[in-house]
Amino acid sequence: MRVGVVTFPGSLDDVDAQRAVTIGGHQAVALWHGDHDLRGVDAVVLPGGFSYGDYLRCGAISRFAPVMTEVVAAAGRGLPVLGICNGFQILCESHLLPGALVRNDHQKFVCRDQLLRIENNRTAWTSAYDEGAEITIVLKNGEGGFVADTETLDRLEGEGQVVARYLDLNPNGSLRDIAGITNARGNVVGLMPHPEHAVEALTGAGTDGLGFFTGLAAAAFS
Amino acid sequence: MPETPAPRPAVLDTVIVAARDPDREQPWAELGLTAEEYARIREILGRRPTGAELAMYSVMWSEHCSYKSSKVHLRQFSEIPQVTSVGPMLAGIGENAGVLDIGQGYAVTFKVESHNHPSYVEPYQGAATGVGGIVRDILAMGARPVAVMDPLRFGPLHAPDTHRVLPGVVAGIGGYGNMLGLPNIGGEVVFDESYLGNPLVNALCVGVLRHEDLHLAKAVGAGNLVILYGARTGGDGIGGASILASVTFTASEGGGSGPAKRPSVQVGDPFMEKLLIECTLELFAAGVVAGIQDFGAAGISCATSELAAAGDGGMHVELDKVLLRDSTLSPEEILMSESQERMMAVVDPADAATFLQICARWDVEATVVGEVTGDGRLVIDWHGETVVDVDPRTVAHDGPVYERPFARPAGQDALQADRAEALARPVGGDELRATVLRMAASPNLCDKSWVTDQFDRYVRGNTVLAQPSDSGMIRVDESTNLGVAVSTDGNGRFTRLDPYAGAQHALAESYRNVATVGALPLAVSDCLNFGSPEDPDVMWQLAEACRGLRDGCLELGVPVTGGNVSLYNQTAETPILPTPVVAVLGVVDDVTRRVPSAWAVPGDRVLLLGETREELSGSEWAHVVHGHLGGLPPRVDLAAERSLAELLRAGADLITSAHDLSDGGLAQTLVESCLGHMVGATVSVPDDAFVSLFSESAARVVVTAAAADVAALASRAATHGVVVTDLGETGGDALVVRSSSGEQFELPLLALRSAWMATLPAARA
Repeated sequence: MRVGVVTFPGSLDDVDAQRAVTIGGHQAVALWHGDHDLRGVDAVVLPGGFSYGDYLRCGAISRFAPVMTEVVAAAGRGLPVLGICNGFQILCESHLLPGALVRNDHQKFVCRDQLLRIENNRTAWTSAYDEGAEITIVLKNGEGGFVADTETLDRLEGEGQVVARYLDLNPNGSLRDIAGITNARGNVVGLMPHPEHAVEALTGAGTDGLGFFTGLAAAAFS
Repeated sequence: MPETPAPRPAVLDTVIVAARDPDREQPWAELGLTAEEYARIREILGRRPTGAELAMYSVMWSEHCSYKSSKVHLRQFSEIPQVTSVGPMLAGIGENAGVLDIGQGYAVTFKVESHNHPSYVEPYQGAATGVGGIVRDILAMGARPVAVMDPLRFGPLHAPDTHRVLPGVVAGIGGYGNMLGLPNIGGEVVFDESYLGNPLVNALCVGVLRHEDLHLAKAVGAGNLVILYGARTGGDGIGGASILASVTFTASEGGGSGPAKRPSVQVGDPFMEKLLIECTLELFAAGVVAGIQDFGAAGISCATSELAAAGDGGMHVELDKVLLRDSTLSPEEILMSESQERMMAVVDPADAATFLQICARWDVEATVVGEVTGDGRLVIDWHGETVVDVDPRTVAHDGPVYERPFARPAGQDALQADRAEALARPVGGDELRATVLRMAASPNLCDKSWVTDQFDRYVRGNTVLAQPSDSGMIRVDESTNLGVAVSTDGNGRFTRLDPYAGAQHALAESYRNVATVGALPLAVSDCLNFGSPEDPDVMWQLAEACRGLRDGCLELGVPVTGGNVSLYNQTAETPILPTPVVAVLGVVDDVTRRVPSAWAVPGDRVLLLGETREELSGSEWAHVVHGHLGGLPPRVDLAAERSLAELLRAGADLITSAHDLSDGGLAQTLVESCLGHMVGATVSVPDDAFVSLFSESAARVVVTAAAADVAALASRAATHGVVVTDLGETGGDALVVRSSSGEQFELPLLALRSAWMATLPAARA
């Protein structure tokens, strides 16, 4: 598959996401924030970083980038979209996913190897995992606390839209330990931790994150 | 876009005005110049300087920019052959940063700098802009910055002011570095009373380039354009210039409407710096950069004079073309502004359109502000009138050089006679156990993840090792697994006791740390943090440290590639512990063979490499338990360091882990090796058990190896003349220590880990 990775001004983990896509067996395609063009890709990753310096609000400016018009439209047609960290924030700001990400409850940036439980393996990005699988991948964020109103949280849990939950320790004050969610269709996934930093034994936090890229399956969602 | 302000013809101090009005009083003293220096400027120019010229000379001749007090001592570093184990240096001392060949067509550049004083005044912005400055230095060499490290020193952990400085500095480094997408792979966190009013915030950056991409800071080729790009110029970091503006200009204007005194600490915008990095790398790749200079201290004054002085001609700049954040800035202030995230490039006119197009793609503002000329002069105009006309070399290179007096301090002999070896020691297993536990939880030895977890160590996906490893390690090439390892070390207490030996200890430890992870040490960058050069005692420390470092580098065959000197680090009359911080960079042919620092499996043999002597003076034990500093530091044996490093490489295939011995001695190394993966050990230490555990003798490393490989490793050690002591075996859930005379104690790892990890979070709670 051809997987696009968008670079916004201030994107940082775009090279990492491209590497993870390649190691996952796909072709990485660089996408530019200023282009109204997805270059015919089969899936899109919105990578981590501090797009537009996180000025105003994380992801609030990026959602207006020309490329996002195309991403939102394509996501509506079932294109698999994975937003990691800042990408998750952009997906929430774009209303492709509900809720929002706020400053960590302890007010500090945190970088650690984080244990998660995969709670939904029926999304476009998690089919490689067993439901209930416990994985350790990198977490690094300053504004990673997932919040939503109670009704939304109940709905996310009730509909199985919680993709991953923090185990052992909630690193940022996310409500109900939510680390990642998906839309009703299962093609759009937002994840605060970084699977692209856990795809090689040599670097990062082991290889538990590789499944997000090897398991990518587009056909079922379009 | 704000309108460019109208010129102020009535008050503009041009070259013509200066000639016509030679006796005007000028605020040279307020700008930090001495009467002699001011007289020298008048002599160079053959007239009084204009206000703008005075501004330029005053910042470029400052201690920070001119190294006027340290230059005579730094010169000896250029006596070290500029060649590493891989080959000749590609760029050496004098450039923004030294550049080393690491093979396969790759080069690396690295440098450590200080941002001490700003970080005390405003911890967050001071530390943040320290990262920004060193990253631009590396970028200006044509390299992609790939990692940062931060050697940090603070006052006592529990002092109230530390609670202001420490969190601010850590958040500033994280806030800036994390947003640049540069992994923070190591550094130091040290607490000592002497840093209470004067923290040391040093920052290191490593960059990677292909040989052919090397760029130097030169303004060459008459007719080439000078382009300023990046952030706009504002009123930050120009305390001195504001004095100038208010004294000479606002006053003569007859009103008080000029700019007030401005904050002298710069404010960083890491988002702009990230754009600047990507934009600059794209400019290099497009081949449209003939010369480049980053903006650091002294802003446009520095960039224009250094570019012109290093080039083959002169430079003409139209200062009113500079894009401003504050339209009321005077030409003097624009010249001195230390606004961050700016670069200056020299560009062939044929490439200018491409240059500006690339900048626009990255939303980076760029303006042609002048051109390279052939007359050897640096001429700066303000709305058509010349306010600067100087020989750029007199600004950038011909600053004053002082042979400051220095002398061995009167109290040095008494200090060295007060030996820690005479202090009361723990006796018996219980006291030894309590001491190990207390030491592990002490501020300098405890777990530092409260600090390092605020830094992104993973971004870019090439971090092979990061803190708490002995060195950070970065993969340079994904197909060949070529990489580099870097460590920074310094020991202010050892240096206080003997500056010559202390500087060599910093070098030796850093060299050893790089070898411990399996790298070949290549070269050094240093940051020399000292008190006031006007104090002969301090100058003696500086002189001795420089001499020690030079001799050490000569003996180890590692050149000094560049660095930084930070003076006037003191509170009232009391200087900091003299603190030369030494960074050593090494090359790793195959990063997959890196040696981890913690024990991974039970059943390995634990081996001590190197000799232990009774050396407790200046040790962490004397500091923690007795609050004592006196005696002579451990003996430096660079030949032993070299043999040890060679053995670590020769035995890399047999070694399953390696961790050096330094602060806290063998006890702390055992503790850290156990806690990495929570694998215990049972070890027997030679008598006297206390000395074995807490002596800080240099040139020692603990390694592990499979039992079947011990004989082979011992045989290689013998070849290299390194003593091996088999201490015991890994395994279990406790650290069990026995001595030959029967003392014994046991520390369950869970309890040990709790104590080790609790200190920083508890102090910050």
